[in-house]
Amino acid sequence: MKSKTTTKTTYNIPVGPIHPALKEPVFLEFEIDGERIVDVDVKLGHVHRAIEWASRKRNPIQILYLAERICGICSYCHPAAFALGIEAAADIEVPERAEYLRVIQAEIERITSHVLWAGVAAHEIGFDTVLFLTWEMREKMMDLTEFLCGNRVTKGILTIGGIRRDITKDMLPQITKSLDYFKDNFEKIRHIFLDDKTIKLRSQGVGILTKDDALKLCAVGPTTRASAIKKDVRIDTSYFAYGDLDIDYITPDILTGEVNGDVYDRIIQRLLEIKQSIDIIEQCLDKMPNGDLVSEPKIPKLLNQLKKVEGEGVGRHEAPRGEVIHYVKLTGEDAPFTWKVRAPTYNNILPWIPMLKGEQIADIPIIAASTDPCMSCTNRIGIIKDGNRYELRKEELYRLSVEKTRRLMR
Amino acid sequence: MGFSMLPKVLSQMFKKPWTNKFPAKYQPSNTTKYLKAVGAGEAKINPPIPTPPGFRGKIIYDKEKCTGCRLCIKVCPCEAIEYKEEDKKIKIYIGRCCFCSQCNDVCPTNCLSMGDEFLLADSDPYAKALIVE
Repeated sequence: MKSKTTTKTTYNIPVGPIHPALKEPVFLEFEIDGERIVDVDVKLGHVHRAIEWASRKRNPIQILYLAERICGICSYCHPAAFALGIEAAADIEVPERAEYLRVIQAEIERITSHVLWAGVAAHEIGFDTVLFLTWEMREKMMDLTEFLCGNRVTKGILTIGGIRRDITKDMLPQITKSLDYFKDNFEKIRHIFLDDKTIKLRSQGVGILTKDDALKLCAVGPTTRASAIKKDVRIDTSYFAYGDLDIDYITPDILTGEVNGDVYDRIIQRLLEIKQSIDIIEQCLDKMPNGDLVSEPKIPKLLNQLKKVEGEGVGRHEAPRGEVIHYVKLTGEDAPFTWKVRAPTYNNILPWIPMLKGEQIADIPIIAASTDPCMSCTNRIGIIKDGNRYELRKEELYRLSVEKTRRLMR
Repeated sequence: MGFSMLPKVLSQMFKKPWTNKFPAKYQPSNTTKYLKAVGAGEAKINPPIPTPPGFRGKIIYDKEKCTGCRLCIKVCPCEAIEYKEEDKKIKIYIGRCCFCSQCNDVCPTNCLSMGDEFLLADSDPYAKALIVE
């Protein structure tokens, strides 16, 4: 970081990589003048897990479960994006019923994730009562997930060319019961978050991300929509069954009439999205046609089919945190030639800098948490040579990038 | 404005806790001793919440039906399944299993299924309870 030559002394305060407020390892270096943050430097790369490397000896069916483990909370969106990529590369058509079931699973995950986030955000400002209330609600959604998938967290529900478990008629009462519980309790949680003095004090006018900054820094998901940018993969480039559903961009001005881009707006944004997700699930349950669940039920046959494919595909999915992109290239071998993951937090880290500038030290946790960061999903590059760790400079990274493009073009 | 959480907190004081106290209402001072007492019929266990239908628990393996086609080994994401050459059967290490039930889907003779046993914690990954064959 550059140190400015001013008459007043500023201090450099490192926060992280392991820090109780941040939960996951990220290193922040602050330049502080008294209590005010003058400059921030964010450093990533502490939890690289070599997931893409691990994929090189696995077939696409096995990678689905590896992708699930990129992130614990988005355990559906990574395999979904991967499956979309493979389906694009191999021209697999997914049955219509499976598309609707996929949307239901995606929206259940969004509700679970946003409610979890609401609790974490409350915890960050020291409001632990709300944490327990929201996690009680989340537990209902986890029970529903367990009922539909058999697992609570790593769902294992998606497969290439369809979905693995059906929603039958006798399952519907349980689902509507859970959704009704959420609708009944939504008003309560909305009242607590939007009318409470404690939350308003800490979140209004804090961590402002202007529309310009959000556009320049390519923020994604609720973070950018809370700054009034209408960006949502579900609508922009429709996939699954989203094209058939009645769905519109959500921005916080629907409720308040104005957009400030602060932490409070990001809370409103996520609460509105929970409501939208419940609506989408209900639409799906109404409109769902009958039909097959998978395009190719015999997995060995599917694997053989994928073995012959030569091509590349990109899968884009609107995860709870924003757009997740998976790039897959198949070259007629068991394992994909390459698999690249871009998690939404990667884009949402840089907006921290304009958000944090000018704020106080005590606001760091809530501002950092307001983008719903997920570090272990983000870390993709780490170089270790002769036991030492190297940082990649811009020129080197550019050279590597050019080399990779050439390698893939071959 | 105001403290909107306050009425909720006050009403919660008179409600029963939401958590199911499993296996006992209060944490026993020695779990091993407690479990022994349960086994001898001296203490009673607080039952867990029943698992939903379609729950993915410990794998049940029907050895008779298995033909040794090795398809499950091919799709297993965590290499939890070992092939036994001599009798052409499989051995599943539950310690490595990720409960994706992909082997159940791929099995042509339906000899694998997911059970509802979920108390699988053990200090030894090769304990007898964690190997299915």
